Amino acid sequence: MSSLFRRTLDWLDERFGAGSIEEFLRHKTVPIHKHSVWYYFGGMTLFLFVVQVLTGILLLLYYRPTPNDAFESVQYLMTQVRFGWLIRSVHSWSANLMILAAFIHMFSVYFLKAYRKPRELTWITGMLLLFIVMGFGFSGYLLPWNTLAFFATKVGTEMAGSIPIVGKWFLVFLRGGDEVTGATLTRFFGFHVAVLPGLATTLLALHLLLVQTLGMSVPPGVERAIAEGRQPRRSMPFVPNFFLRDAIGWYAALGVLGALAAIFPWELGVKADPFAAAPAGIRPEWYFLFVFQTLKYIPAKVFFIDGELLGIFGFSAAALIWVAIPFLDRRVGFAPLTRFFTGLGIFVIGYMIVLSWLALR
Amino acid sequence: MAGFKIVGQFEAVAANRTRPMAAKLPAATWIVMKTAVATLLVLIGAVGSARAADSGKNSCMSCHLLMEDARVLNPAKFFDGDVHHQAGLTCVDCHGGDPNDDSPNAMSPAKGFRGVPKKALIPDLCARCHSDIAYMHRFNPKMRADQLSQYLTSVHGKRLKQGDAKVATCVDCHSVHNILAVSDTRAPVYPTNVAATCGRCHSNAAYMKDYKIPTDQVANYKKSVHAATLAQGDTSAPTCTTCHGNHGATPPGVGSVANVCGTCHVFFAQLFEKSPHQAAFAKMGLPGCVQCHSNHAIVKPSDDWVGVGPNSVCTTCHSSGDAGYRSAQAMAQDLARLNLGITRAEDVLDTAERAGMEVSNPKIELSSAHEALIKARVDVHTFRDAEVEKITKPGLEIAAHADQAGVAALAELNVRRKGLGISLITILVAIVGLYLKIRQIESRQQG
Repeated sequence: MSSLFRRTLDWLDERFGAGSIEEFLRHKTVPIHKHSVWYYFGGMTLFLFVVQVLTGILLLLYYRPTPNDAFESVQYLMTQVRFGWLIRSVHSWSANLMILAAFIHMFSVYFLKAYRKPRELTWITGMLLLFIVMGFGFSGYLLPWNTLAFFATKVGTEMAGSIPIVGKWFLVFLRGGDEVTGATLTRFFGFHVAVLPGLATTLLALHLLLVQTLGMSVPPGVERAIAEGRQPRRSMPFVPNFFLRDAIGWYAALGVLGALAAIFPWELGVKADPFAAAPAGIRPEWYFLFVFQTLKYIPAKVFFIDGELLGIFGFSAAALIWVAIPFLDRRVGFAPLTRFFTGLGIFVIGYMIVLSWLALR
Repeated sequence: MAGFKIVGQFEAVAANRTRPMAAKLPAATWIVMKTAVATLLVLIGAVGSARAADSGKNSCMSCHLLMEDARVLNPAKFFDGDVHHQAGLTCVDCHGGDPNDDSPNAMSPAKGFRGVPKKALIPDLCARCHSDIAYMHRFNPKMRADQLSQYLTSVHGKRLKQGDAKVATCVDCHSVHNILAVSDTRAPVYPTNVAATCGRCHSNAAYMKDYKIPTDQVANYKKSVHAATLAQGDTSAPTCTTCHGNHGATPPGVGSVANVCGTCHVFFAQLFEKSPHQAAFAKMGLPGCVQCHSNHAIVKPSDDWVGVGPNSVCTTCHSSGDAGYRSAQAMAQDLARLNLGITRAEDVLDTAERAGMEVSNPKIELSSAHEALIKARVDVHTFRDAEVEKITKPGLEIAAHADQAGVAALAELNVRRKGLGISLITILVAIVGLYLKIRQIESRQQG
């Protein structure tokens, strides 16, 4: 078997130099220090993304994206198709865990300042991937065509409509008309299974290429300690040492996903009725809750400016600043600035947790 | 009010004052004194306001509002909110007299003053307008004008004609001087207030003593499903007048009870008419629906009314061995079986749903069994067990099917849990294997 594998590699090497990849992987190392555990969350996010792709493809075998069939097709999948319930529940749980893993990965990169030169592009592609993942969540939420998803989409797309000048156009673009209808469902399905996967795959390839090319970042504090001789520079081979550790995490994640799907199967709810009154307690998925709650607190008018508009602008500006962090936090080692950005990160996490908790109360 | 045709006899309002001063003075002197003071005050007011004497002047109100005796003050005080006042009618339209005359002469028979109408004449007084359809349609094109003719057919109307002054006339139910539209929720004849209005007399044992009829009707009605529905705001729910009529109030006779109930419970009445009970009840002189459901205390029926159990109403007439007894027993068994089947299926499906299983389809299916149970309860009124079984049998099959779906869901849940356990063990073994492999590799690398 080993000789067959060797011969295959040699065959590929003769044709496009695959041996250089093998050579690269053989020499690739991962730093070892007290913060190494955070390195695993990138791989965990990637693993959950792969689970999403695989379960998503299986769901596509049965799902029908029309208002008349969407709910029934998911219901059929969950009740009649062998392991259909498992695939759908794993897809839903994995989506949420992937977003959680992506957030943890982002904040670990932020606090360990892994975005600093020369890894600015890795940070930017990562942030764009996070936005795309949230787009996956928003578009996928509507697809079962149940009441909660229907009205949450209505509220969510209404926010987009309040942007000046392009708002109306953007709302119609998202909804495929003035209201959330079958056209919206078809459109969201298209975003979810074609547009976003295409963008995500491209950005993911770029992100991984950058990570592999630039290697893992060592936190400034650890770098300083090594430079000052307070600790040795230690590392482990990426293959097999780090990869096998990654695999342990992935197996554990698979177990958690299976347990969640079996013990807490993802609810289907009640089929959406566009003519019914909005049910009480409409709220978006948990990762949008802090935005939702903030918009609720902003008054209708703030100095003649529409409150909702102000909120959307505020969050857009905050997101832009967050993406541009590598260009703002350039003086690594300058203590006051380091403290400021660390404090900012803690504030952002605290804000998201508190506002989400208030929305859930 | 040029359309008035009847002029009745009326008695003076000011007689029999009860004030202490009035007790010391002759009644006529007291009236003259009081009227003089009131007239003086009105004149002073009239000079100040310089109002035209004949454009909407109402000397009745001007004087009566100054009176202290509630009996003469209240009619003027309350009349402001009266539906007649709002329609433009004034005191003189019922009581006669001259509203432009500020002196006591305004209340002289010469000026057409009629005073307080005698009770026996009240229906005719009201009917002068209310029986004139052309006149009434000026105010409300949907207004009926047959109240008096209906009233004369009622027990109240008949007894009034016989000289019984205790019976209800128009003002006893609609009030007087502060009469509100029937649609006004404060009106004593608004559906939610009718029972209390009738109960003012009919629940008063002392007042009703001479009539030798029960006085517990309102108390019984309040226990009924009808009163409960009405209290929830459903004004289509029956109250006293729905079954007894309002102006033509008469207790339904034994033979017409089913017709009265059937005005709302149409399907039940039709089934009863075709049932063996129709002829048997008529022969025995039993009132249809009321025989089992009571008349005023009509409580929500339950399945144990059917059959031969302790709460059965069937055993009131039927006894062991007769065909009706056997039929009642069979019908009760059918209902109980279907009820039990539905409850069992519901329990299983609820358990499966709580465990996260998707069972919405069998739940929808089960609603058909519920419908069958409801229909079977209606079909009990055929009083034929074969008819009831025709409904309960398919209902039972549906319930059994839903029950099987619930059991299957629970079995599937069990399979899932076992599968999860096996998967987790496999994963754990793989993790341990990987951990050992890492240790092996790293010890080799270090060595």
